[in-house]
Amino acid sequence: MTPFKQTRDTAFLRERAKEVRIEILKMLNLAGSGHTGGSLSAADIVTALYYCKMRHNPFNPDWQERDRFILSKGHAAPLLYVVLALTGYFDMAVLSTLRKIGSPLQGHPSSKLLKGVEVSTGSLGQGLSIANGLAMGLRIKGLSSRVYCLLGDGEIQEGQVWEAAMTASHYRTANLCAIVDNNGLQIDGRCAEVMKVDPIAEKWAAFGWNTLEIDGHNMDEILSAFDRAEQINDKPTVIVAKTTKGKGSSIFEDKVQYHGVAPTRDELEFALKELQGNG
Amino acid sequence: MANRSLEQEGSKVTQESLAGKAIATRDAYGAALYSLGMKDDRIVVLDADLSCSTKTIKFAKAFPERFFNVGISEQDMVCTAGGFALAGLIPFASTFAVFETGRAWEQVRQTIAYSSLNVKLAATHAGITVGEDGASHQALEDIALMRVIPGMTILVPSDGYETEQFVTLAAEYDGPVYIRLGRAKAEPVMPSDYRAEIGKGYLFEKGSEVCIIATGMMVSEALRASKMLSERGISAGVLNLSTIKPLDQESINQGVQGCRLVVTVEEHSVIGGLGGAVAEFLSEHYPIKVIRIGTKDTFGCSGSPSELLRNFRLTAEDISTTVIDRLG
Repeated sequence: MTPFKQTRDTAFLRERAKEVRIEILKMLNLAGSGHTGGSLSAADIVTALYYCKMRHNPFNPDWQERDRFILSKGHAAPLLYVVLALTGYFDMAVLSTLRKIGSPLQGHPSSKLLKGVEVSTGSLGQGLSIANGLAMGLRIKGLSSRVYCLLGDGEIQEGQVWEAAMTASHYRTANLCAIVDNNGLQIDGRCAEVMKVDPIAEKWAAFGWNTLEIDGHNMDEILSAFDRAEQINDKPTVIVAKTTKGKGSSIFEDKVQYHGVAPTRDELEFALKELQGNG
Repeated sequence: MANRSLEQEGSKVTQESLAGKAIATRDAYGAALYSLGMKDDRIVVLDADLSCSTKTIKFAKAFPERFFNVGISEQDMVCTAGGFALAGLIPFASTFAVFETGRAWEQVRQTIAYSSLNVKLAATHAGITVGEDGASHQALEDIALMRVIPGMTILVPSDGYETEQFVTLAAEYDGPVYIRLGRAKAEPVMPSDYRAEIGKGYLFEKGSEVCIIATGMMVSEALRASKMLSERGISAGVLNLSTIKPLDQESINQGVQGCRLVVTVEEHSVIGGLGGAVAEFLSEHYPIKVIRIGTKDTFGCSGSPSELLRNFRLTAEDISTTVIDRLG
């Protein structure tokens, strides 16, 4: 395990993201079920948050001044678990218990069972409201903490997301930053075919958000988007991050069937070779 | 955050107790919320465009920086309240009961209850006495909907005095609470020395033949029914079960001991509410005939509250007739 340190060194962050992907695939293979595609697509974003942008302390998860991360797309739990374990919230050995009975690593995150998980998620569409309430609450308490909320692009089909988008804009929750993991796929197929979500950025802009569009696998673009979000003080920011579902191995990339399917032993071995070979 | 140095003003408000006052429980809620806001900076209030009806308006005017109208979006309101709780504040989220528990049910289940967030869901316009607005606005299923959620506490105050105490107790309690409030004026029933406690019913008197278990505004009907029965020589005690969950098994045991009949009375469906809870408990622990008075698996309709109570056979006369018929 690499000791936890925060840095803006993008080469280092890219290495960490690769490590995150490897651990995600290993744990999913052991579990035999779970959400591969959407965990891999957001790996660079969440790595950037925990290894660079967010103020947090794995040894004091309840630290009041910390920044908060709300995983609204709760099915990407494997990603959150791996990042929490790698940064030291709990022992790496726990990762092998994913989805097993008695494990703190539930199929979808439970804040009651695992420190570092701010709130239980898994039912889509609720996280942005929670994040906005939390951000407004921190503001009332005079804390400068920021709240990050990761949404899926299929998830924004939920009407509540737009209720929350309206509320955050109305209350000018500038310490709130949403990220849409725009991988273009959902369980039943391509978002464009199941239920068109485009144009995403224009929708958020129309709701009054500061809107940024980036390549969600480019570490420089990710960091610079978070930086720019911090400089806005009169409205919330959304980062629409163009990503590839299943990013990291050709087996899973842009494949709708790997939304909720774990890699087999053979797939894992092949994927690890690809990931490790891909400096 | 330090508490406001407004303790004096706060206690002045508290001194004007609602004991003995005929007041809608929603009005008592509005008043209690205001005095709570005076005393505790952690109280924040959310509403979904109904603040004049839910009476959160009083708090909103006094503490605009701690009041959040989210517009007509109950699902967002419930989860936003969850976010405030995560920040260490004590949110009260109010709208009509049918929307708070129905429209936002899954938000209550997933975000509030599953994470055990310290959110107070204070819903008004519960029951048939909503009146003229009709079935779309009369929540007759809300107790059932909340009761099935693990970890939820359910409070149904009977009058203004009990309401103001419950609002304070709910704020002190750490965890999700559903408070069921009414639109119509509630007759005062609780004695001035009554001290409310979450999870504790109030036995007005022990009946030797019948135990009438009532909740909310139906407590006053139950008390009238008890008087009518006593005039006919039937001893019917009345238990105010103002906490539906956790169920006060001790008070129920005490109230029904030696009785021949138990009657539950609620402004709610006979399915899944007070009657359901009592019948479930007694069938397992003290098998006795339980008659459930409530709405009989049907929607409400428009009318004045008193007409509706008669129409749905929820008056003291109906309770009394039921008891006489069943005792034979």
